[in-house]
Amino acid sequence: MSKTKEEDFCLSGRGVTKVFGAGENRTVAVDHVDFDFREGEFISLVGESGSGKTTLSKMLLGLISLTEGEIQYQGKPRELSTGRKRREYWKGIQAIFQDPFASYNMFNRIDSVLLDCINMRGGRNLSRKQKAEKMAEACGFVNLKYEELTNKYPFELSGGQMQRLMIARIFLLKPKILLADEPTSMIDACSRATILDMLQKLRNEIHMTILFITHDIGLAYYVSDTVYIMEHGKFVEHGSADEVILHPKAPYTRHLIEDVPKIYEEWNLDA
Amino acid sequence: MGKMLLEVNNLKTKYVTRFHEDVYAVNGVSLKLEEGKSLGIAGESGCGKSTLALSLMGYYFAPLHYISGDIIVDGKKISEMDPNTVRKSILGNEIAYIPQSAMNALNPTQRIIRFVEDVIRAHDPKKKKKDIYDLARKRFEILGLPEQVLQKHAVELSGGMKQRTVIAISTILSPKVLIADEPTSALDVTSQKKVIRMLRDLMEKGLIHSMIFITHELPLLYNVTDDIMVMYAGQIVERGNAEEMVFDPLHPYAKGLMGSILVPEKGVRDRKLTAIPGTPPNLKHPPDGCLFADRCPYVIPACRGGRPEEKVLPNGRAYRCIMSEERIREVYGNE
Repeated sequence: MSKTKEEDFCLSGRGVTKVFGAGENRTVAVDHVDFDFREGEFISLVGESGSGKTTLSKMLLGLISLTEGEIQYQGKPRELSTGRKRREYWKGIQAIFQDPFASYNMFNRIDSVLLDCINMRGGRNLSRKQKAEKMAEACGFVNLKYEELTNKYPFELSGGQMQRLMIARIFLLKPKILLADEPTSMIDACSRATILDMLQKLRNEIHMTILFITHDIGLAYYVSDTVYIMEHGKFVEHGSADEVILHPKAPYTRHLIEDVPKIYEEWNLDA
Repeated sequence: MGKMLLEVNNLKTKYVTRFHEDVYAVNGVSLKLEEGKSLGIAGESGCGKSTLALSLMGYYFAPLHYISGDIIVDGKKISEMDPNTVRKSILGNEIAYIPQSAMNALNPTQRIIRFVEDVIRAHDPKKKKKDIYDLARKRFEILGLPEQVLQKHAVELSGGMKQRTVIAISTILSPKVLIADEPTSALDVTSQKKVIRMLRDLMEKGLIHSMIFITHELPLLYNVTDDIMVMYAGQIVERGNAEEMVFDPLHPYAKGLMGSILVPEKGVRDRKLTAIPGTPPNLKHPPDGCLFADRCPYVIPACRGGRPEEKVLPNGRAYRCIMSEERIREVYGNE
C-alpha cells in the first residue's frame, strides 16, 4: 500500500541542502528542505531574490551537486554518476529559463532547434515532410505559425515569441517534469498571460508535472495547485494555492502578499 | 487647478533606420500634466512608451528625429530648442529621467558621490564639494538610503538599492517633471514596493512636482498614478482616471490589457485571462485604417476605412475607436 503511494511522487527530496563557501564565507543557500511533487501537479515555488529558489532548481536539474540530503526520482534514488545516467535523467526533466534571449544559439536557425528535439526523441529516420509536420504541430501548440518562423534566426523574434518557442521545444521533448525558472519575468504583462496558459495546457494535455519558480505570488496563485513559500533557503509554508494565499499562516507569506499591488483591496504601501 | 507643468500638443517623432526608412514611433500624442499630479502610461513592449519618454525630454539625437508638435515645460517651449541646449539647461532641473536598467546606469569604477557631483556641477559648476556632499547626504537620508551609500561603488549595492540610488541622484535638483521609465520591471516585488514608496515620498515632500510613470504592470499604475493613458503603436488609444481605466475600459485594446491583470486576490483564479492575439503592426508601413484593426475581436469593415479620431467624453475621458460609447457598452455587455 505504502509502495503505490511513493510511486505517485515523481520527484521528492529529503533534507536537501546546499552550502556555498566555507569558514567565514559559508552561505547556506538551501537548508534541509523536504518536498514531494506529485505527477501532473502544478507547483509554484515563491520567494524573494536570494531566497535560494534558483539554487534548488539547479540541484533538481542535476547541474550542481547536493551538499547533503537525497533526491528521489520516481520513487528511486536519483543517479547521476555517469553520462548515460544523466542523459536518462534529463529525458525526464527539462527546463525553461528566465532569459529567452540567452537560451538560443544565435547562429542556428529556429528549425534546427526544433529538429534537434525531434532527433533526440527517436525521430531521426522520419522523412523531411514528417519532420516538418511535427514542427508545425509543435508551433501550433504554442500559437505560432511555422511558415512564418522557418529559416529565421532567434534574434528576429520578440521575447514572448522566443519563450513560446521554448515551450514548443518542451512539447516535442515531452519530459515528465518541466522546471520553469521565472519564465515570465523578462516578458511584458500582455504576453505573460499567454505563457502561463501554455504551461497549463502542457499540464492538462500531456500530464506534465510543472514546477514554476517565481517571485510574484499573484502569478503563482493564478496558475498553480500547490504553492511552496521559500525564505532564506527554507520552506516556511506549503499547501494548496487557495489555502496558502487566502489564509496565509507564516508571517513571511503575508509579507509577500502585501508586496504585490492590489486592485480590489486597499494596497498598504507602508506595511 | 494646479499649475500646468507639462503640455504636449500633437507630438510626432520618428526613427530613421540605417536604410533610410521612417518608423513613426510617436504619432500625434497630446498630454497635460498639472503640478502634484502623476500620469501613468501603459502598453505592451514596442508600442512606443520609451520613445515617448525620450521625445518628451527633447532628447533628439540620431536615430530619433523630431517632426512636429509642441512640448512646453513650465512655460518653456523645449521642442524648438537645440537638443544640446536642452540637455545642458533643461534635463536635471526641469525634467529628470529614471532609466529602465538602473543596473547598468551606474559606472562601476566611480563612487556614488561622483555621480551626484556630476549632476550638480552640470548646472552649477562653482558649487563646493562640501556643499554637494551635505545636500546629497540630506537628500539620501530623507529617502531612506544610508549615508554610507555615497562612498560605495555601484557593485556593492543590490538591485533595489541601485534603482533607489539612481532615483535619488536623478531627482537631486528637485525637477518639475520626473519621467520614470519602467523603474521596477527588473526588480522583485519586495524591492518594487520600496521603490514605489520612495517615489510617493518624493511627491509628498514636494521634491518632485509631477511624475510620468511608464510601465506595463497595470495593478502598479492603478495604485501609483492619478490618470492612466494606454498607448498602442505610437498613439494614445485611451485616457482617463485610474479607477475608470482599470474597471471600465472602453477601447478594445485597453480592455485586452486590463484582462491580463494578475493579483493574489479572491476570485482571480476563476477568471479566464484574456491575452491579445497577434503582434503590434509594423510602424514602417502602418495600415491605413485603425492600427488595432488586425488584432481587434470586434473589428468591422468600417474600421479599415480611416484612422479613428479621438472621442472626448464630457468627464474628460477620451478614446480612439469608431464605436460610440453606447455601442461599446452594448458589445461588452453581451459577452
